[in-house]
Amino acid sequence: MSTTTENKGVAERSMGYGLRALNRLAGSDLLDRIRIRKQVEQALFQGTKNGFKGATAAGRTFKAAQKLGKPARQKKGKSTGLFDLSPDDEQQMFQEAGRAFASDQVRKAALEADEKRETPKEILDQANELGVNMLGVPEELGGVMTEQSAVTSVLIGEALAHGDMGIAYAAMAPGAVATAIGLWGSAEQEATYLPAFTGEDLPAAALAILEPRPLFDPFQPETKAKRKGDEWVLSGAKSLLARAKDCELFVVAADAEGIGPALFVVESGAKGLSIEDEPAMGLRPAATGRLLIDKVKLPGSALLGEGNAKAKDYAACVNRSRIAWCALASGTAQAVLDYVIPYVNDRQAFGEPISNRQGVAFAVSDIGIESNAMRLATYRAASRADRGESFSREAAIARKLCTTKGMKIGSDGVQLLGGHGFVKEHPVERWYRDLRAAGVMEGALLV
Amino acid sequence: MINLEIPKKFKPLANQANQVATEVFRPISRKYDEAEHSYPKELDMLASLIDGMNEGSDIGGAGAAGVRREKAADGENRNGSNLSTVLGIIELCWGDVGLLLSMPRQGLGNSAIASVATEEQLKTYGGKWAAMAITEPEAGSDSAAIRATAELDGDEYVLNGEKIFVTSGDRADLIVVWASLDRSKGRAAIKSFIVERDNPGLKLDRLEHKLGIRASDTANFTLQDCRVPKEALLGDPEVKEKGFAGVMETFDNTRPLVAAMAVGVTRAALEETRKQLKKAGVEIDYDVPANNQHAAAARFLEMEADYEAAWLLTLQAAWMADNSKPNSLQASMAKAKAGRTGVDVTLGCVELCGSIGYGENELLEKWARDSKILDIFEGTQQIQLLIIARQLLKKTSAELR
Repeated sequence: MSTTTENKGVAERSMGYGLRALNRLAGSDLLDRIRIRKQVEQALFQGTKNGFKGATAAGRTFKAAQKLGKPARQKKGKSTGLFDLSPDDEQQMFQEAGRAFASDQVRKAALEADEKRETPKEILDQANELGVNMLGVPEELGGVMTEQSAVTSVLIGEALAHGDMGIAYAAMAPGAVATAIGLWGSAEQEATYLPAFTGEDLPAAALAILEPRPLFDPFQPETKAKRKGDEWVLSGAKSLLARAKDCELFVVAADAEGIGPALFVVESGAKGLSIEDEPAMGLRPAATGRLLIDKVKLPGSALLGEGNAKAKDYAACVNRSRIAWCALASGTAQAVLDYVIPYVNDRQAFGEPISNRQGVAFAVSDIGIESNAMRLATYRAASRADRGESFSREAAIARKLCTTKGMKIGSDGVQLLGGHGFVKEHPVERWYRDLRAAGVMEGALLV
Repeated sequence: MINLEIPKKFKPLANQANQVATEVFRPISRKYDEAEHSYPKELDMLASLIDGMNEGSDIGGAGAAGVRREKAADGENRNGSNLSTVLGIIELCWGDVGLLLSMPRQGLGNSAIASVATEEQLKTYGGKWAAMAITEPEAGSDSAAIRATAELDGDEYVLNGEKIFVTSGDRADLIVVWASLDRSKGRAAIKSFIVERDNPGLKLDRLEHKLGIRASDTANFTLQDCRVPKEALLGDPEVKEKGFAGVMETFDNTRPLVAAMAVGVTRAALEETRKQLKKAGVEIDYDVPANNQHAAAARFLEMEADYEAAWLLTLQAAWMADNSKPNSLQASMAKAKAGRTGVDVTLGCVELCGSIGYGENELLEKWARDSKILDIFEGTQQIQLLIIARQLLKKTSAELR
């Protein structure tokens, strides 16, 4: 793959200079006096934009290895009918493995990954070994889970995000595509794409729903899919995809003519696709990028679920991805709590630990209360999804909590460390940036 | 197997409680809010019914019976009386918090007796209505600062002091009074004593006029050479440091119950507000992002999220108690979250509903008054935050005051 984004260090720096120059120019009266403001702005806009544009990854050829008569699906979860907050043995195993990996590897790699905007390959490989990207693959196609795995995904996402949210996003993003295909794909689509997610050489892949505009509503995507004979023609743009330039496969949300919002399977080699670098406030280890879709022609079979695409499946996809982001936010919120406790106990002011003061101590209590509630709300939504019960209300509630309380926790994490919280020596400033993502992201991850 | 739904076996209980709330509480809710200090006689028949509900070990009633710790059941997940009690209280307080607090034989004193009484004491005092007298004019949240004294004189204790804010103090048959055996020994010497309401040494000073829960009487007493038999002391009569912790443990069990009260009244306000908003053409959509909806819908979602958080924390604390997991931290989290959410949401609902919410034709304004006490009694918001912080930060009460 050859892209201009490979020299991102340089590119970013020149982008910085460009903006600084733009800012200075914009503030000067000169432009207005000589009446070229519009042209300068246009030029700068195009310049920075084109400077970042690159091709999508070359990508492998996906071919159906076996033929199934009908799509394979994981079974719905069962319940004893009793209220229970204990994970089952299998979930506990995933949870413990995830926690160990997060504290041994992920947390240690986080600072550098954030700076470089890149998650080390070893970390991604190890996450794959943990199985994080094949939880949604039905057993018949090489998966490991017989039952639906939203709760398991939540537990792993939470564990990894306790290490680092951006790395967790980078590591788990391909699994969103596998899970989407495993939940709603046709037999043909499953056979074509899912085997790749169970092997060692896992493709980078992205579930592309979010679009670059304010007040984005995933139920009204501006990305359009028009019918042209038996084919679809897609146009639009998708935001903040993990490792966008490496992605070999996309599942893209578009307003499909005659259907409404629906998902399309798009291989990176499709003509008309391009990637633009899209660095953001946080999630930097995920090297986020934008997917530009310019009149991309797709076969009729690209519609996820083919003739069987349903509005309720699309809604479930949106809500399952909201649950996934809640899991990451819950894990990061817990990381904040675990970090500030020893800090405020050690930090001395006025002759005693600052945690002896209620103003500090109560902030810690609130982080404890709200992070606990975020987690419970997320578990509830996920477990309802696994059992095939309605979960859109529960997902909305969890999202609301993770958006507002999660961000407050991120902010208080920095606040409790004072000036020290503002510098990169401590991870709380990173968590502050990452936690803002919980209310912004749509799609991208899936449970 | 993670599951945060109400177990099926408790649905009949919840339905029953909801019917009581709908058919008995709601119709007389306004009446006893206005007629403060008059006894809601409608509750007598209901109390017998609740007594019946309390008989079954798994199906708790309004809270007074269900606070004994469950025995560990070899790792098996258990949904028991703590959970069922919480569920019952939520439904009843969806009806009316003040009336729940006025339920005969369901007082906090009953909880204390049920939790620590000996078999002998249960025989003597069982089946009676017991209120709890802890607070004094100079000792609120700081229970260890209690000034009331108890002196042993032959076979009797002689109690002296002043007690305020005694819920159901006028109506109850018994008052559980906290007093010190030796004020120089601090909290270790604080014990609770069962005093019969008609004891001549127990003098009713007055009944309070209140912001909310006006159906519930709140009494102030003076104890003047109030003599009780030696056997009226609850728990261990010896003065030792752990003793007070034992007394306070009662509150680990009752905090989730108060949290449940707040959850109930919060749900009532949200349900009514949802109806009112619908009349005004605003419906809440859970799929569309909150910021793409009407501002009132977005606000509602935010309040509903806080409600759900409080509800889940309350169920968590009760579930832990049912499974013999130490839950002091979670009990305080539930109480703190539910207490403040109750106030925020009921007041927010009044605001959203405008004059409909503020006026007395609906119950919204009443719920917004009733909810405030739930963030105060059984440990204020601030006390809960202290308890939580001390546990999270591993601090003593001397370090974090």
